[in-house]
Amino acid sequence: MKTIEEINEKIKKGKVVVVTAEEMIDITKKKGTKKAAQYVDVVTTGTFGPMCSSGMFVNVGHSKPRIKIGGGKCSLNDVPAYCGIAAVDLYIGATASPDDDPRNTVYPGAFKYGGGHVIEDFVNGKDIRLVATAYGTDCYPRKKIETYINKNTVNEAYLYNPRNSYQNYNVAVNVSDKMIHTYMGSLKPNMNNASYSSAGQLSPLLKDPKYRTIGIGTRIFLGGTVGYVSWNGTQHNPSALRSPDGLPRAGAGTLAVTGNAKEMNGGFLKGASFVGYGATMFVGLGIPIPILDEEMAYFTSRSDEDFWAQVVDYSHDYPERIPKSLCEVTYAQLKSGKININGKEVPTYPISSYSKAQEIASILKEWISVGSFLLSSPVAPLPGIDAGIKMNTLEER
Amino acid sequence: MKKRIILRFKRSTIDKPIVYKLVKDYNLIFNILRANISPKAESMMVMEIEGTEQNFKKGIKYLKDLNIDMESIEQDIRRDELKCVHCGVCTSVCAPDALHIADRKSMKVEFDYERCVACELCVKVCPVKAMSVFFD
Repeated sequence: MKTIEEINEKIKKGKVVVVTAEEMIDITKKKGTKKAAQYVDVVTTGTFGPMCSSGMFVNVGHSKPRIKIGGGKCSLNDVPAYCGIAAVDLYIGATASPDDDPRNTVYPGAFKYGGGHVIEDFVNGKDIRLVATAYGTDCYPRKKIETYINKNTVNEAYLYNPRNSYQNYNVAVNVSDKMIHTYMGSLKPNMNNASYSSAGQLSPLLKDPKYRTIGIGTRIFLGGTVGYVSWNGTQHNPSALRSPDGLPRAGAGTLAVTGNAKEMNGGFLKGASFVGYGATMFVGLGIPIPILDEEMAYFTSRSDEDFWAQVVDYSHDYPERIPKSLCEVTYAQLKSGKININGKEVPTYPISSYSKAQEIASILKEWISVGSFLLSSPVAPLPGIDAGIKMNTLEER
Repeated sequence: MKKRIILRFKRSTIDKPIVYKLVKDYNLIFNILRANISPKAESMMVMEIEGTEQNFKKGIKYLKDLNIDMESIEQDIRRDELKCVHCGVCTSVCAPDALHIADRKSMKVEFDYERCVACELCVKVCPVKAMSVFFD
């Protein structure tokens, strides 16, 4: 019915009709999916949550004399970075903690500063202390360096996040009689609270559940600037449980994404500490979805009432890898502030920011309506529902 | 007038019905924000007391005469609006619902300072360290 090229022509001419996923729900309620598909060209989405599988590659430039940090050891603001690659290429991961962080020895640990905080400081333009040691070679004689880097002194700095933007996620509860501290927050004993982490009706992959328009090469909003989908994310599981119309009812697809960290800002990349769990980073990500036909209008107009998630016990079932769901709830129920789990009323709380997700969807809408952001056709599709993917587990042998 | 004060009392005074007296004799409105009463050690209570200036002074005098140490609360919980991302994590630990999500459309976390009892749990769990203890 419509192609991405045609939509891009409309964007260039300033005639595009672009709406946020929230607005699309209302438009479709009034007009129906058929008319909505004719009227709307692009629906913008957004999400802002803690995404542990995130990090940044940095090329720090060559010192005089040269040092081969590659194969040696290095840290950024005392947080260890990976340097098992070329001489001055580093990777700082969001969950890395300083070697002298007490971690959970005094339980629950605070994890005040980690890789995510380094990345936030870096994108905010702050100086970052680099300490590196090496073994010295004929071509790279230096064995130690201590200096400062920032986004103006380094060569490339780009985010490469192996798994972001989960298509749906678990709702976490604790059925034990002790408080537990998890990546889903602190969970009260006897199922006295429940946490969830998805933007629901604003979440990018929930609005293109079958990956018809989001694929490798898709241009996106990442950390406040333009980024790209570089691959499917790790643990991408298109085979997850779905409703008859294809909406995932559990954690399913994921994205690997990349973008220029020098252009990003701390408003959309934020270091985070989860008590008793570790350091991580909030990542802001948004994807525009072209309304190619009525099916895309249908998918993009599904609302919180249509999206279901599985309630999982994080005191026993999750740690023991027991694939058990206590019950299913909708995001409308989760967002109301309480859910009913097998007869018990349980207060809910989010750990991903819905208001930030709204902000991202609005910014992306603005970029597209002023013509500064064009849509892209995927270079290759993500593995789909029929790809026969199944999640492998790690066995001891 | 309305004031938050911290009361510290010795073992010998823990059996005195001070709250009853404040209400009955001095017509003061009280709100116990925190209390840790123990016969084994020094006890403390954080109260918000409200009433006319005259009654307030009389009430304070009554407490002083009982040898109860008093200090006005200097400790405040504040939110750094630039740091807060409105994720919602703090709402799970805030017992008096000072931090709460009222608007379920925007899902923004509101901070109702009047309800805060300075328990500091939000300071511990806030993933972006937007909540902090502030000393006047």
